[in-house]
Amino acid sequence: MASTDQPAIVADHLEKTFAVRHRAGRLRRHRIEVRAVDGVSFRVDPGEMVGYLGPNGAGKSTTIKMLTGILTPSGGSLATLGLDPTRHRTELAQRIGVVFGQRTQLWWDLPLADSFELLHHVYRTDRRRHEENLGSFVELLDMSSFMLTPVRQLSLGQRMRGELTAALLHDPALVVLDEPTIGLDIVSKLAVREFLVNLNRERGTTVLLTTHDLDDVEHLCQRMMIIDHGRVIHDGGVAEFKSTYGTHRTVVVDLVDAAPPLDVLGTMVTRVDGPRQRLRFDRSTTTAAQVIAGIVEEAAISDLSIEDLVRQVYDAGG
Amino acid sequence: MGDVRSMLTTYRHLVGAKIRSDWQYRTSFVRYLLSQTVVTALDLAVILVLSEVVPSLGGWNLSQVAVLYGLTTLSFGLGDLFVSQVETVATHIQLGTFDRFLLRPLPTIVQLPASEFALRRVGRSIPAIITLVVALSMAEIDWTVDRLALVPMTVVAGTIIFGAVWVVTASISFWAVGAREVANSFTYGGGFAHQHPLHVYSRWVRTLLGWILPMAFIAYVPAVHLLEAPNPLGIPSWLALTPPLVAIAAVVVARTVWRAGIRNHQSTGT
Repeated sequence: MASTDQPAIVADHLEKTFAVRHRAGRLRRHRIEVRAVDGVSFRVDPGEMVGYLGPNGAGKSTTIKMLTGILTPSGGSLATLGLDPTRHRTELAQRIGVVFGQRTQLWWDLPLADSFELLHHVYRTDRRRHEENLGSFVELLDMSSFMLTPVRQLSLGQRMRGELTAALLHDPALVVLDEPTIGLDIVSKLAVREFLVNLNRERGTTVLLTTHDLDDVEHLCQRMMIIDHGRVIHDGGVAEFKSTYGTHRTVVVDLVDAAPPLDVLGTMVTRVDGPRQRLRFDRSTTTAAQVIAGIVEEAAISDLSIEDLVRQVYDAGG
Repeated sequence: MGDVRSMLTTYRHLVGAKIRSDWQYRTSFVRYLLSQTVVTALDLAVILVLSEVVPSLGGWNLSQVAVLYGLTTLSFGLGDLFVSQVETVATHIQLGTFDRFLLRPLPTIVQLPASEFALRRVGRSIPAIITLVVALSMAEIDWTVDRLALVPMTVVAGTIIFGAVWVVTASISFWAVGAREVANSFTYGGGFAHQHPLHVYSRWVRTLLGWILPMAFIAYVPAVHLLEAPNPLGIPSWLALTPPLVAIAAVVVARTVWRAGIRNHQSTGT
């Protein structure tokens, strides 16, 4: 369906600053400018599937809200499907689909099927096309058993399938998904992923998704952009990303007491902060399980986690 | 035209969905409907009691004041029913749910009142209609065609003016979260104040609630002409025909302010 060569999204030095006021003394208030998005430039072509990653507060959601016309940019230029999102918000809304994983756009107290029927009227979609789409989404996402259940009684996984359907019934050319797999169990997560891959392949729908789950990106996207402190710090292919950052992992371990750097086979301590130590290891020669076993032999630990790839990129970039 | 019609269809479906949702909680629905009806009827009772003590208010007799009450309360009630839900924008902004409206291909100013439609608010308009009809028949009006036409015109224009005031005051929430009470003091306060003839108030109240917020055009200005009641402010009779123009101007202002508000919308972090 990607009939035109017009880019899906073009952002050029996009900026968003928020004015945050806070008290300084009894009446005086300081006004501080926070740059949530600080000169972001990128281009997404029709039919692409792009992962947009970054830690909380990096500017992901702000970018998405500007792309979709919810927020007005403070600077730079932006075109979504060739439209200025703020000026042509309702026109754009007709052509994009948006899912916010933590918000619902369904009618809470009504059966799921009613939401879809209402959206048919809101988007003024062709009746036949609507039935066709709905039928195929119900089948692909296995929703027939809960179509008549009020939305408030759906499980998170069921609701998310409903949200995806709601965002896609009007055949949008671009779909923006903000953490579509957050909180989902593995079965639902896989169902959602498979559905998105299918959508992109069969319909040529352009997909931009934010996630904390690197697994999502590996399974779905050919390209990923990483944003931190309001700037894009990486934009490229997923495979290339993995080969740059992918062979080393870091284990963060909190010991019960501060101790000298641990000596574990195949690892190197990169940093010690009191009881917290970071051990770097090479995935191609050692497994995380071996490293953890080694640590447990050496010292009493209170907490342990493996830092993900993305975190390491932030550290490298910032 | 086709666009307006399909928008109305969408509006009707959204309202229908809200009524079905509310029906899930019917006890609270019925309780609220009753309480609104009673509260509005009590307002009227206050006027009746007052008229026992003070037979005329600013030179207006009971049935004249009752006409004013009926016109104001009906316009207020209809505005409350069809437009006042815009004030839920404050809550939606705080919860971050306003974004959902911005993502749909329909003006927010249509979506919000439709999606938050509360049928129970019809309770305000019922005593208002009864009062208006009874008072009009008792007020010894010299009925001519233009006076007859003046009544529905006033109600429609008045409803639109009230609606516009609601939109403007609700827009404050885009800049200052938690301003709902301030907004309500103008809408509810204005609605209550205009149940009495404007000339009983001091000059600054008249200026603010009558002319700056053009609520004098909701009922008082046309009522002076309709009733040929004492007119100490010297309202010219041609002014009685201007409420539709004021309504149009109010809509233009409301739309501008609302749009400016949306541009200033800051959303919330996810």
